[in-house]
Amino acid sequence: MVSTGSTTRDPRDAVPTRSDARDDDSTPSTARGGRRLLGTLVLFAGALVFLFPFYYMVVGSLRAKADTSVAGALPFGDFTFDNFIAIDSRVDLLGSLLNSAIFTGGVLLGTVVFGVLAGYALARLHFRGRGTLFAVMLLVQIVPFQLLIIPIYVMIVRTYGLADSYLGMIAPFLINSAAVFVFRQFFLQLPDDLFDAAALDGASELRILWSVALPLVRPALLTVVLITFIGPWNEFLWPFLVTKDTSMQPLAVTLANYISNIAGRAANPYGAILAGAVVLAAPAVALFVVFQKRFTGSELSSGVKG
Amino acid sequence: MTTTTQAPVRGAAEPGPGGRRRWTEKVLGRQPLGILFAAPYAVFLVAIFAYPLVLAVWISFHDYFFAAPGAQVDRPFVGLDNYRAVLGDPDVQRSFLNVAEFLVINVPLTVVLSLVLATALNAAVRARTFLRVSYYVPYVTASVSLVAVWLFLFSKDGLVNQLLGPLAPNPSWLVNEALAMPVIALFVTWKQLGFYILLYLAALQNVSKDLYEAASVDGAGRLASFRNVTVPGVRPATTLVVILATITGANLFTEPYLLTNGGGPDGASASPVFVMYQKGIEQGNPDTASAIGVVLVICVLLISLVNRKLLERD
Repeated sequence: MVSTGSTTRDPRDAVPTRSDARDDDSTPSTARGGRRLLGTLVLFAGALVFLFPFYYMVVGSLRAKADTSVAGALPFGDFTFDNFIAIDSRVDLLGSLLNSAIFTGGVLLGTVVFGVLAGYALARLHFRGRGTLFAVMLLVQIVPFQLLIIPIYVMIVRTYGLADSYLGMIAPFLINSAAVFVFRQFFLQLPDDLFDAAALDGASELRILWSVALPLVRPALLTVVLITFIGPWNEFLWPFLVTKDTSMQPLAVTLANYISNIAGRAANPYGAILAGAVVLAAPAVALFVVFQKRFTGSELSSGVKG
Repeated sequence: MTTTTQAPVRGAAEPGPGGRRRWTEKVLGRQPLGILFAAPYAVFLVAIFAYPLVLAVWISFHDYFFAAPGAQVDRPFVGLDNYRAVLGDPDVQRSFLNVAEFLVINVPLTVVLSLVLATALNAAVRARTFLRVSYYVPYVTASVSLVAVWLFLFSKDGLVNQLLGPLAPNPSWLVNEALAMPVIALFVTWKQLGFYILLYLAALQNVSKDLYEAASVDGAGRLASFRNVTVPGVRPATTLVVILATITGANLFTEPYLLTNGGGPDGASASPVFVMYQKGIEQGNPDTASAIGVVLVICVLLISLVNRKLLERD
């Protein structure tokens, strides 16, 4: 049970601490260190496998000619931005980005405004139907959206004639249920005293929400923006169904159409496709790398589906 | 609303000034303003989930076709005709078998890999942030972007085949009937894994350290304590991961549409949602497409229930 190599003078040293006890088993420390090293190596090797396609995407997007050989995977050779120019000339890259931004922005706005209100009501206010609403919210998380695609298509495109409109694109995603859940959990864990004190001062429910709850909401807001952003930004099926007019299509749809229809005509089709893929991937990846602290298991365990 | 704004205390101890207040309290709850706050979300849920769910079932029992907005058309009730047509359709049968193959590969792989990686990540000392981010980056990236790279990697002369040399499959991965679906299953496992690792990481924080200590005192090695402490300790998370992975699999669309060029080769990687899109929107038969959707929802619910029963029995 010797925890360190040094001679123990202080009797307390002989008593293993909590962490010592956990690390200590019958194997000698070198073997243990070896196994830990092995675990770390496996983790790093796995991470490289996970990251490789991203690296390959960037390298491929910068090559003048598609190079599928093993040497082509190495970061050497002549790099060029021609592929980005090529994809921009084949499709309306800026227009598509703008459509993606409007689609995503609309969903974010709807989710933040209505989600805060609903989350606050579910956490802090006693009203008729609260239990039912909460149960339905949980149920919704396991109803796969794709399976409702036909009736939603019938409603939005056929009944309301909202094809090729931002409203039609945004409507099915307007309020992200996972975000409502995150807001609810956040308001639930704020101390009761805070609200009781404001109520004793005679503040109205509206005033309590505005001056007590909302100023504190920032950490939850960041988490909500992150998990909501990747929904519409990455979504393919719905905008693909609802937009036939190319000037209305978000980037995911534009790029998919380019891949399946017209890529063959470009000088370096893969290069142009990969350049488009980089443009589509970059905002989400950047957001999640910068704010990685807000995207952990504990932030999400409430939010079930991303 | 006015009654609440004047109410000085949120508690129920305060009796209302008159009968009117007590009456509203009984019908609307103590803070009826909550109804107003929650109303947009409630309306959204009804409009986007509850109503379409009912509409999907209704359409599936009728001879339904697309008509111009506002046009009055007759859509007769046809009983189970659509279901009979769908269940007897070889394309539909094939797509359900394809997604079953997908789930058999994807779900066990997802559970094992995400739990093992989460456990390793939990114990790792160095570069935890880098590792965590590396594993979830595919999850936050658009499928369309990632499919583009995989198309390049797994094409006939792609890097994967270059590395394999003479071992490269012929026909190549994405145009090979036996390999198209496994490649898609692998793609989705890779893309979604980071999310499940995060779920397991959260669940691991709730496993009591004392249990590991007790196991270690009993002479259990790492493998034994993983089997006897970690696996049972995260069982609720495992149920969640299995159910979510099943739902994700049932939703499969983008990958067969783009990666294998429309469920190819010859329908070998067509998913039920892809067939729904073909029949419902391309061919204009929303009634049979809705029937596929209803059958798929029932299958997902059944699988989820069976999984829960299997995973939570003790």
